[in-house]
Amino acid sequence: MSTGEATTTPVSEAGNPIGFGRMLRKEDARFLRGRGNYIDDINPPGTLHAAILRSPLAHARIVSIDTSAAEAHPKVKAVITGATLETLGLAWMPTLSQDVQAVLATDKVRFQGQEVAFVVAEDRYAARDALELIDVEYEPLDPVMDARRSLDVNAPVIRDDVEGKTDNHIFDWEAGDRALCDEVFARADVVVRQDMLYPRVHPAPMETCGSIASMDKVTGKLTVWTTTQAPHAHRTVYALVAGLPEHKIQIISPDIGGGFGGKVGIYPGYVLVVVGSIVTGKPVKWVEDRSENLMTTAFARDYHMRGEIAATRDGTITGLRVNVIADHGAFNGTAQPTKFPAGFFHIFTGSYDLEAAHCGVTGVYTNKAPGGVAYACSFRVTEAVYLVERMVDLLADELGMDPAELRMKNLIRPEQFPYTTKTGWEYDSGNYPRTLQVALDKAGYPDLLRRRDESRRRWAAAGGTTDQPGAGGEHLLGIGLSFFTEGVGAGPRKHMDILGLGMADGCELRVHPTGKAQLRLSVQTQGQGHETTFAQIVAQELGLPPEDIDVLHGDTDNTPFGLGTYGSRSTPVSGAAAAVVARRVRDKARVIAAAALECSPDDLEWEHGRWYVKGDPEQGKTIQEIALLSHGNLELPEGVEGHLDASVVYDPPNLTYPYGAYICVVDVDPGTGQVKVERFIAVDDCGPRINPMIVEGQVHGGLADGVGMALMQVIAFDNDGNCLSGSFMDYLLPTSLECPSWELDETVTPSPHHPLGCKGVGESATVGSPAAVVNAVIDALEPFGVRHADMPLTPAQVWLAINGRPTRTDIAAS
Amino acid sequence: MQVTMTVNGDEVTRDIEPRLLLVHFVRDHLGLTGTHWGCDTSNCGTCVLWMDGEPVKSCTVLAAMADGRDIRTVESLEVDGKLDPVQEGFLREHGLQCGFCTPGMLMTARWLLDRNPDPSEHEIRETICGQICRCTGYENIVRAIRWAADHPAGAEAEEMSA
Repeated sequence: MSTGEATTTPVSEAGNPIGFGRMLRKEDARFLRGRGNYIDDINPPGTLHAAILRSPLAHARIVSIDTSAAEAHPKVKAVITGATLETLGLAWMPTLSQDVQAVLATDKVRFQGQEVAFVVAEDRYAARDALELIDVEYEPLDPVMDARRSLDVNAPVIRDDVEGKTDNHIFDWEAGDRALCDEVFARADVVVRQDMLYPRVHPAPMETCGSIASMDKVTGKLTVWTTTQAPHAHRTVYALVAGLPEHKIQIISPDIGGGFGGKVGIYPGYVLVVVGSIVTGKPVKWVEDRSENLMTTAFARDYHMRGEIAATRDGTITGLRVNVIADHGAFNGTAQPTKFPAGFFHIFTGSYDLEAAHCGVTGVYTNKAPGGVAYACSFRVTEAVYLVERMVDLLADELGMDPAELRMKNLIRPEQFPYTTKTGWEYDSGNYPRTLQVALDKAGYPDLLRRRDESRRRWAAAGGTTDQPGAGGEHLLGIGLSFFTEGVGAGPRKHMDILGLGMADGCELRVHPTGKAQLRLSVQTQGQGHETTFAQIVAQELGLPPEDIDVLHGDTDNTPFGLGTYGSRSTPVSGAAAAVVARRVRDKARVIAAAALECSPDDLEWEHGRWYVKGDPEQGKTIQEIALLSHGNLELPEGVEGHLDASVVYDPPNLTYPYGAYICVVDVDPGTGQVKVERFIAVDDCGPRINPMIVEGQVHGGLADGVGMALMQVIAFDNDGNCLSGSFMDYLLPTSLECPSWELDETVTPSPHHPLGCKGVGESATVGSPAAVVNAVIDALEPFGVRHADMPLTPAQVWLAINGRPTRTDIAAS
Repeated sequence: MQVTMTVNGDEVTRDIEPRLLLVHFVRDHLGLTGTHWGCDTSNCGTCVLWMDGEPVKSCTVLAAMADGRDIRTVESLEVDGKLDPVQEGFLREHGLQCGFCTPGMLMTARWLLDRNPDPSEHEIRETICGQICRCTGYENIVRAIRWAADHPAGAEAEEMSA
């Protein structure tokens, strides 16, 4: 169902929509032929290869490092240690969150897999060989692996590099009205509490991270090819870290094999290739292997939450509060806006109208890999949605109400928009009840409830009990709902910056004399299809066929400054910039057309790529004709320059707020704990869809993510500090067999402040789906009285839950 | 040591280290970078190519083991400027996003359709279940392979959009 306005989009000679609509992707031509150009496909002449020696221990003092044998290896060109870097002032680098991170460890190692030494050699195998020749003596220290005990008075202090640091505390942050919340809870009929963990997960893009640096000592120019979602931000950080002049740094982000937030940050390996190139005078390449990827580069979540929800007996939600211990690992490396150390977690009131809310977040250090930014959504909306959607289900259980009915009763009503939440967000637009109803109808909700109840009867009739859960081999059906609201498109620069860099995006459009155009973007695709979608935006605004518009991105020397692609911000921010820059060109074209037609610009009207005289449609100029005129000798009005180019910087006035209603149906085998996702219905409202095919593809991928996080994925540790999820044999990702055929639908509620009404969708499904899956499994386990079990709901965890003792999933019992 | 094999129809001979992995041989020694590397442990399947007509995960095959064998990579799918129907299916059904798993998926898809020209959805899912895609949720990959099954000679030559 589409409730958007029906419009007829003209079609180009090549068969593409001149504007919004389904269009096959331009970038596929190279990917399908194996001609993508990813980081490890790039080999500048003379490239040397690097490898990183990593700590086997989570917490230890470094006694000595002997690199002599490695240096004697015939193929080794350089061995770099923390001591080398200290002499250059590069042993520590700033993180994106006002902390520092060791590039190579000098005093201590603080997580398993931490960077200790760096080898540059003639080939990748020799570099690995040389790692074996480095001898490091460690003095082991007790590691801090449990975030909940990191603030114990006797906990070992991880960050003794920080002067005066006597504990593992990073920050306290709160939002909402605590006093009002206390009052609302004190007079509530019903209060439900639940501790829950959103475990540490890793985005695990198919391509790992990597970087190649080439320092030309003659020109002083540093060229860095690197897997980054934010090339311009990286350029500035490189300038700050290495003290290099920013105009001599070129960051090239080539084709990226998936990012999902994991390629926002700057990793020690990225800095080390720069050092390696300076030392050797050659280009130096480093590409991490999968274990390095999973164990050391940006993880996500690790939020230990205590939620409380208050309501009246009739099911009116009145209050929500939550306290969080946020595990940031050994260095605070998240990429949150400076004002918001817990990101946008305070959007945790979700889609509901309530009286009061309060959240408190305490960030702590542990002996785990740093990060905390990655994995759609990077800004902690995922944790927030999971919290509220689990709490609402727990409340429904307590009240004996249907979870759909409870949600419908409490959703923010359409007439309340723009809606200011109790923690200060201004939701731009929405019609939540309609979207939930579309999802319920598509799912056939009443029939699903009947099937679920029937499965319970059959299970009981076959002899199923808590003691004999697998009796008779009958399975149990479960239904789970989730209704999410995201805040994306960071962000208004007055509120949001990273390292002082405001989150606005530049965009440039050049229309060449023959009417072909180039659009230069600051954001960088990792598979989202920007080369297609952004061409469609310009096509929509200028009437040029999208095949006549080339989109340039990922090269800081050839694109304007902007903060990059993450937090679903490309369409909300850069998409808006593209629309505005195209409109500027269109306005200029009007003045030029008027000069050519010898009339006033006010006498002209625009349609389908052409300015024509009102009341005399034969008199007009196409955008292509105007492009040529703008470059020719037509006399232009006073103050109008030639050429048909424009550039803008777009500062979004507000976030956009995409939302959706998801329903998951699971089949649980209570004898084994095996969960199978039988159906998944996802109704998304992200405003108008520029390319529906691409939007649906993004939703598909996010839903698979949600199933993976809910049922399979966790980066776990043992108490000795060993990472237990360092390969794809241990860190399980969903395959084609764990995923159902996704059932999608949409509603369309445009954002009132975005020039195209678009809200962004890249992370919606990842944000919204885990709670639906977990709610479904808990629903299936109702006969056992299970209220909650933490993700991932592996067969073992489900089996433990059935037996009344669901366990911690983040730390192995010792 | 020296190895000789046929790669995409051409015989190649190279001196290599015995420990060299096939994925690095085709990428670094032959410059065929369409085959990707993703995990080390035979779990992700982005390195799938054909050895003697069977899909193998080339990150866990030594180049030495390919001596005397027939290797085919994604670069061989397009013939005389015409895409293989599986390539066309992935284009038309949006079976790829970042494109990193795509070459391996294409090679497995071609292998499946050569043996089973009319696979069910479940047969397609079972065949690609050893290969991970992080972008598509598999939905459009399944549709893309089905498209290729329904168009064994490809569609009428239509201009690609780019």
